[in-house]
Amino acid sequence: MSEPRPLGHLLDESVLGEPVAASHATSEGYLLEAIDLHRRYGHNEVLRGVSFGVHRGDVKAVLGPSGSGKSTMLRCLALLEPVDRGEVRLEGKRIGVRESGGRLVPLSEATLARERSNIGMVFQRFNLFPHLTAVGNVMIGLTEVRGKSPTEARDIAKNMLDRVGLAERAKYFPGELSGGQQQRVAIARALVMNPKAMLFDEPTSALDPELVGGILSIMEELANEGMTMVVVTHEVGFARRVADRVIMMDGGLIIEDAPPTEFFESPQQERTRKFLEAVQ
Amino acid sequence: MDFRPAVFFEALTSPAFITGVELTISLTVVSMVAGLGLGLLLALMRGSPVAAVRTVAWGYIWIFRAIPTLVQLLFVWDALPQLIPAFRGEWFSPFFAGAIALSINEAAYAAEIFRGGLLSIDDGQRLAARALGMSPVKVFSKVIAPQLIRVTIPPLSNDFITMLKITSLASVISLQELLARTQTLVASTFRFVEYYSAAAIYYLVLVSIFMVIQAQIERRFVWSSQAPTGRGTLSRVRQLAVLR
Ligand SMILES: Nc1ncnc2c1ncn2[C@@H]1O[C@H](COP(=O)(O)OP(=O)(O)OP(=O)(O)O)[C@@H](O)[C@H]1O
Ligand SMILES: [Mg+2]
Repeated sequence: MSEPRPLGHLLDESVLGEPVAASHATSEGYLLEAIDLHRRYGHNEVLRGVSFGVHRGDVKAVLGPSGSGKSTMLRCLALLEPVDRGEVRLEGKRIGVRESGGRLVPLSEATLARERSNIGMVFQRFNLFPHLTAVGNVMIGLTEVRGKSPTEARDIAKNMLDRVGLAERAKYFPGELSGGQQQRVAIARALVMNPKAMLFDEPTSALDPELVGGILSIMEELANEGMTMVVVTHEVGFARRVADRVIMMDGGLIIEDAPPTEFFESPQQERTRKFLEAVQ
Repeated sequence: MDFRPAVFFEALTSPAFITGVELTISLTVVSMVAGLGLGLLLALMRGSPVAAVRTVAWGYIWIFRAIPTLVQLLFVWDALPQLIPAFRGEWFSPFFAGAIALSINEAAYAAEIFRGGLLSIDDGQRLAARALGMSPVKVFSKVIAPQLIRVTIPPLSNDFITMLKITSLASVISLQELLARTQTLVASTFRFVEYYSAAAIYYLVLVSIFMVIQAQIERRFVWSSQAPTGRGTLSRVRQLAVLR
């Protein structure tokens, strides 16, 4: 967990052109931490005090019924949405806010943007940019956010596409790719930003069953190479095998947080037991 | 039948006609560019989180879509200088008045087209772009705008063609565009058939040229690795000939 990892296949210094942010083990404590997150839409209290932490290099799987607030929680962690109360910490530092006259105020959109680029996000529906080729999708963050030259960005993007097994599809547009291929592009797009942590929101839910395995094995590889990950998923097998801890969310709260064996063999909450029966 | 080809061809090539056409084209382009810019602003305002901003945009669109274009033209040309002394200067030409009225009018229509276009873009695009760390300006220019252009080209082209034709309304504010020129020539010759036919031919040609341009632009927004992008119509025709 805190051992420095060897250079990997997906997290490779020679692809990124800089040290891999995700595999440099340093301090104890959580790499990514949510403390008492609250979020409401009108009268709908979607997050009602969510707290948990992920150690560097760990994988946290998040399970829970539809509407329990899983996606909202990920969006708050990724600073894509403000929280009404609570804080998000990355490497022990509170993110998304700054101090002004002794009070904490939300960062401006432009400053928030910079902080967001440290956390990678992969969506259920891929959300690739349809007007850009696969390589265009992967390099846009490098050119527009990291300020890299198009030539350098293209090299990095091509190599990363190669690593996720899409070398020959680099010039294809999203509309010409299968769901599984699109999701690989989306993962590559997040990885080239050299994020400190990756958030996955049901990355295989929109895929044909035969394409699920390919994405899960990329994610497993990523986990093995030391990426810190929070994965919302209904893939119980993946959670059992890859996760260091599994969370159960229900009604905007975390009702269970345990290592996978414990979580799946002897869940403490009746609600978790019922949910596991339903999905398995 | 009384149709004199000689008069018709003379009309087609008369310098008065050509200057009229030039004025028609420049009024169309100027009004369209200004109208699109203002229209995009209005569309973005309609999506603003601030209610007052949304209401202002909504009110603008409501008013300027409801009032006939001809009334707007006459209002800007005749009523505006009475209302605001600043508009009584020499600089306030029929062209200027026409461009103001037509772009104000176009903005109301373009705003609705842009709004529809913005709604058609999946919110996941914005989310993904923001998650990568793009600033709001980058999200718009690099992710939203290209998709917005693609979906709005067909309806905006329609507006462009409409604009080309309604510039003829500006003849009522004494702007010497194509129709006004035609009417002057008709008044002195009484050759209605030849002169109006010649004018019709000009509009037909202008619209046709624009349709070719539209097709070229649309082809640049085909997002396919197989698309023959970046090549002209000629090479495509050649390619088709080879395929046959
Ligand atoms: N932008 C929003 N505006 C208003 N309500 C929202 C918004 N986003 C989410 N919600 C509401 O928040 C609740 C939780 O939504 P969320 O998407 O976080 O659930 P989820 O656990 O991810 O569900 P699923 O498994 O279906 O993806 C739902 O009741 C939803 O309607
Ligand atoms: Mg969800």
